[in-house]
Amino acid sequence: MKSVAIIGASLAGARAAQELRAQGFDGRVVLVGEEPHQPYDRPPLSKAFLAGTAERESLDLLDADDTASLELRLGTRAERLDPAAGRVVLSDGELAVDGVVLATGGRARTLPGTEGIAGVHVLRTLEDSLALREELVPGARIVIVGAGFIGAEVASTARSLGLDVTVLEALETPLARVLGPRLAQACAALHARHGTTLRCGAAVETLLTTGARVTGVRLSGGEELPADVVVVGIGMVPATDWLAGSGLDVGNGVHTSSGLVTGLPNVVAVGDVAAYRHAETGARHRHEHWTNASEQAPVAVANLLAGHVTRHYAPSGYVWSDQYSGTLQLAGHPEPGDEVVFVEGTAEDGAFVATYQRDGATVGVFALNSAKQFTRLRRQALRRPAPVV
Amino acid sequence: MQRACTVDELPPGESVRIAGAEPIAVFNADGELYAIDDTCSHQDASLSEGWLEGCFVECPLHAALFDLRTGMPSCLPAKKPVRTYSVLVDEGVVYVQSDARENAA
Repeated sequence: MKSVAIIGASLAGARAAQELRAQGFDGRVVLVGEEPHQPYDRPPLSKAFLAGTAERESLDLLDADDTASLELRLGTRAERLDPAAGRVVLSDGELAVDGVVLATGGRARTLPGTEGIAGVHVLRTLEDSLALREELVPGARIVIVGAGFIGAEVASTARSLGLDVTVLEALETPLARVLGPRLAQACAALHARHGTTLRCGAAVETLLTTGARVTGVRLSGGEELPADVVVVGIGMVPATDWLAGSGLDVGNGVHTSSGLVTGLPNVVAVGDVAAYRHAETGARHRHEHWTNASEQAPVAVANLLAGHVTRHYAPSGYVWSDQYSGTLQLAGHPEPGDEVVFVEGTAEDGAFVATYQRDGATVGVFALNSAKQFTRLRRQALRRPAPVV
Repeated sequence: MQRACTVDELPPGESVRIAGAEPIAVFNADGELYAIDDTCSHQDASLSEGWLEGCFVECPLHAALFDLRTGMPSCLPAKKPVRTYSVLVDEGVVYVQSDARENAA
């Protein structure tokens, strides 16, 4: 293998580029990014960068050494993958390569029929964050649709700016599928504790507008909430359209083996777009988290360079979220039916640590503002393999 | 010189954080004491809350690994080293030299 194209220049793609070099690949590496920006880290977009307290350059994922060893093709879209001819068709030309890393992530899901309405935002890109920041002005009433991690983080940032914030959640308890009912309730309680109004079981019927600007939200029960700004945080759609005709198996993401390899040994997928089959359970998973993108890159690159699966992906299931000047941390693979045991504090406290128990084993750890104890339990109770140095 | 803690407060496998404008983390790695910058060079996280594995600490936020002896990161996402400091023990008290050591990179 003499040349590799990485399609997608966010975390998964940038980490794949770094891993190619770290694992000794000395051929040509082309990193293709649709956005015009140097690859950047997304977590701060809903937090410090949105609040205006983090500089753009603090988001850079690649340093000068990295970029010196890469060909960066920014502001460039991948249009088509033609594996038989060994080429990627780009918006500004073609690339002939031996190996391909698919790291295209996805697009934020929108509310149907809201395109073009001023004051309505999603949050996935640098531009999204900058555009939203412009509108978080004193006195603005913010309605956030979706109380997942993104919605909660935006709510927290908007509250820190002193704004009036309402979060709408379709489920009875936000994040219940991720955290189970008890700890999801503890997270939901953070909103009220910090002055955010959380409305559960609330479905949006339509947005109210005056001219071409949003003025409110109508719920399915007919209730109307005034809003100067609406932020939609209801998930994402994997970016796979351009793979039509490539022969790759695509469903909700790019289908891969447990080694993140597609149906073609020289095409791998990483990050939000990778729908892999778990080596032990055989179930197909796709994760939309920073750590996942970061952990998948070395596995996919090793298998790409070897030409066959030498490593299986075993996710740590580590997720963190900064909300209301606190940090939530989750590791493992809890299910809503697991028993929750508090190791320190209670769900009502400003800091606590809990574990998820199933069949006598610890299958997850969750903590609020307790990084040290969380890390200890994560490493000891979950028996995550020690890093290889 | 900054006082960190007493020897009894820092058993093997433990760490303490010296607060300040540039906080320092002091570790007891199997009986050897090490001091490094507490703030991860990758992103704002406290290394004193990390996981100690031999003479490496794993950042609690993104799992970057740092060698306590040199401050060098041994894996991504961190690429920049953290500074290291000399540690002294005198009459049961652990002290840290205020100025970072010059590491042979």
